[in-house]
Amino acid sequence: MSDVSKTFSGAEASEDSLSSKFLTFKIDNECYAIEISFVIEIINMLPITPVPGLPAYVKGIVNLRGRIIPVMDLRIRFNKSEIAYNERTCIVVASIDGMDIGFIVDSVAEVLTIPESDIVNPPAIKKDSNRFVKGIAKVKDEIKLILDNQSLIDFRDIDDIASAIQNEN
Amino acid sequence: MAEHYGDSLLEMFLFETSQNTEQLERIILDTEKAGKFSEEAINEIFRIMHTIKGSAAMMSFSNISTVAHKAEDLFYFIRENPSVEYDCSNITDIILSCMDYINSEMEKIKNNEEADIEGGEALIQRVERCLHEISGGKGVSRNKNTGTESKSAEKAADGEKVSKDEKSEKHSYQLTVFFEEGCGMENIRAFSIVRDMEDFADHIRFQPEDIVENNDTVFEIRKNGFKIFFDSAKTYQDIIEIFEKTPFVGSINLIETAKAERNQTQKGAKPEVKNGQKNGNKADKNDEHQSVQSLISVSVSKLDKLMDMVGELVIAESMVVENPDLSGLELPNFQREAQQLHKIINEMQDLVMSLRLVPLASTFQKTHRIVRDMTKKLGKEAEIRIIGEETEVDKNIIEHLSDPLLHLVRNCIDHGIESEEERIAAGKPPVGTITIEAYNAGSNVYVVVRDDGRGIDKNKVLEKAKRQNLLKKPESEMTDKEIYNLIFLPGFSTNETVSEYSGRGVGMDVVLKNILAIGGSLTVESEEGKGMAVIMKIPLTVAIIEGMGILVGNRRFTIPISAMKESFKPDPKDIFTDIYGNEMIMLRGECYAIMRLHKQWGIETEVTNLSDGILILVEQDDKRRCIFADKLIGEHQVVVKTLPELIKRIKTVEGLSGCTLLGDGSISLIIDAGWLVNTDIK
Repeated sequence: MSDVSKTFSGAEASEDSLSSKFLTFKIDNECYAIEISFVIEIINMLPITPVPGLPAYVKGIVNLRGRIIPVMDLRIRFNKSEIAYNERTCIVVASIDGMDIGFIVDSVAEVLTIPESDIVNPPAIKKDSNRFVKGIAKVKDEIKLILDNQSLIDFRDIDDIASAIQNEN
Repeated sequence: MAEHYGDSLLEMFLFETSQNTEQLERIILDTEKAGKFSEEAINEIFRIMHTIKGSAAMMSFSNISTVAHKAEDLFYFIRENPSVEYDCSNITDIILSCMDYINSEMEKIKNNEEADIEGGEALIQRVERCLHEISGGKGVSRNKNTGTESKSAEKAADGEKVSKDEKSEKHSYQLTVFFEEGCGMENIRAFSIVRDMEDFADHIRFQPEDIVENNDTVFEIRKNGFKIFFDSAKTYQDIIEIFEKTPFVGSINLIETAKAERNQTQKGAKPEVKNGQKNGNKADKNDEHQSVQSLISVSVSKLDKLMDMVGELVIAESMVVENPDLSGLELPNFQREAQQLHKIINEMQDLVMSLRLVPLASTFQKTHRIVRDMTKKLGKEAEIRIIGEETEVDKNIIEHLSDPLLHLVRNCIDHGIESEEERIAAGKPPVGTITIEAYNAGSNVYVVVRDDGRGIDKNKVLEKAKRQNLLKKPESEMTDKEIYNLIFLPGFSTNETVSEYSGRGVGMDVVLKNILAIGGSLTVESEEGKGMAVIMKIPLTVAIIEGMGILVGNRRFTIPISAMKESFKPDPKDIFTDIYGNEMIMLRGECYAIMRLHKQWGIETEVTNLSDGILILVEQDDKRRCIFADKLIGEHQVVVKTLPELIKRIKTVEGLSGCTLLGDGSISLIIDAGWLVNTDIK
């Protein structure tokens, strides 16, 4: 397990080549990918402190060597059933718009270079249905769903809930 | 230069210059009280202006440098002609406007804005006019002779000297410059010396040569000095004088090698003697400097980092000492050493926390200027009295306190203090007094701004509030305190006319906002005809608070001790519910609402019977409530960390003011006391 727990901040690759490098990880049977330039490090599961009032998919906050960062369970974010964390469960720490966040994933797979030409747009199914996935790539007969970081930390849905509750009152 | 050497040099320039202007302000205001510039003050002002001029020129901020240069000229003239008559307050005004200009230009540099060249030129003309007036024309001509940008700070007589020297042959010199210890960036300073020397010397060579490209030359310059070889028409004495006035030059060694026209040197032995003198003088000066400079400035971000690291150290320590690998082992020696470690780390933590505390003095000092400017403009007389300026508060708090304080003082003069006639008619001393007082009480600092003016006119306030539609309940029901608090509402101002200083109705609400932002509170006292006081209660530090750990379900929270009045096991017969099912408790004749934290936050717990858990009476902003928790864990000092930005964005998260790390590395959430007493009970 410890072999995945390494930092990528020191990656010697230049900015340009990073843009097509992705970290892939698994949730259920699907393989997801996130641009590695956003990833700070991958850590093992840490004790989570729940914070009252959070949506179910934001599990709480963790203490990462003195830094307090929120963690989001991507299983719940993607409407999948919750499972108990095991020794393969990882937190992918990413920095999006200068804010740190940890994504809880089933397991981390590998770092891949995906040429832009191999990435296609996801088909439209219904409005807002696929907002977390911004592209689909096929690498060695395996489908990778490329995640859109911005929408992962876009909490529109809970704001809607919050205002709905207020309107009720 | 500014682009090349980036932020550190610029930062240093800004820091130094702002310190210089602060010092200047102090001197000038002191002088004004005395009504005349003392010799010492003139020298000091001259020196400060000279330093500002020099460093601004080095950073290529020519507008600042020219203004400082003109101001320097003015004081140069006064220094050289002690008998000259001048209007002290006029000169004070001029110097203060120069300072304001320099300060505002620095602000612009910080924000990357365009420099205000025109304002600078107008100011220069004003200074020149003033110099012209007091000198009867003499001073102005000296300015033209020496040029505006040149670094040289020669005597007025130099005008003649230069022309004489130009005819005479040139001399060759070898100069070794040692900079003041700890001035930093010697290579850059050396470069600026060379640049300035171009005005009066040629064939300049220097050693080490690569000062601009190679930062390591700093060490060589520190060790061996900076050697410059040049030819100049100036005399030995002139050159020594130039370098004496150059900022940061500690000592110099000037040797006249030969006359450029191959004449034998006439002053072979002389230089040595002179060197001695010069070194001696400088050494005295350095001693003075060192005694003043027992303080260094450190950026707050470094302190924050240090504090974070000590926090981590504490956690790491407990992880080592309580390591599961050690369980069951008898380790008396280890335990003893571990205790020692614990003690050291604790002391270190206290020390780091105290590092962030700074005295209020400099913040208080700023009010002098406001009082001076305003009383002059409004034709009132007021004095400021400062008590307890040595009181220390956290650096973050100082930043939030400065604006409110200035505003309150402004308000005192504008609204509080009456005109001289009015005061005499009311039987008061003609000069009004504004008192600023700071003192410690518990974990709070109180800052009080008090005046002996007319006080708050309740009727006027009410009338105004009614007109502005700010009243929320009938006048007759309002207490004095509530009426006074009206002045802190946004958009409220009782002054009929808008003046330069106040009356726009912005300000008092900003005061309140700033104080609330640092977790403080405000109260107003007033007696009509006698004066008013604004009392600001501010926590000693926002970074560290005394907290009480509580347990709800299996979750740990921290309540600020400052908000806790008491905690107790309730007697079931004191508890009752109203018709809506709201729980309340009767305590010593007072009735308080009960808020169950587990219900409020939807936390599962086995402790739901009020008599099984504990009730905590909290008070904030004069409101009280009883909070129900499972149990108390204990009191501890905690370092407050803000919640991550992403969590703060989620609007459904409420009632938390931050979080803190506990000794075992786990996180405890800090409950916002204001929320506890104000939120709707679920």
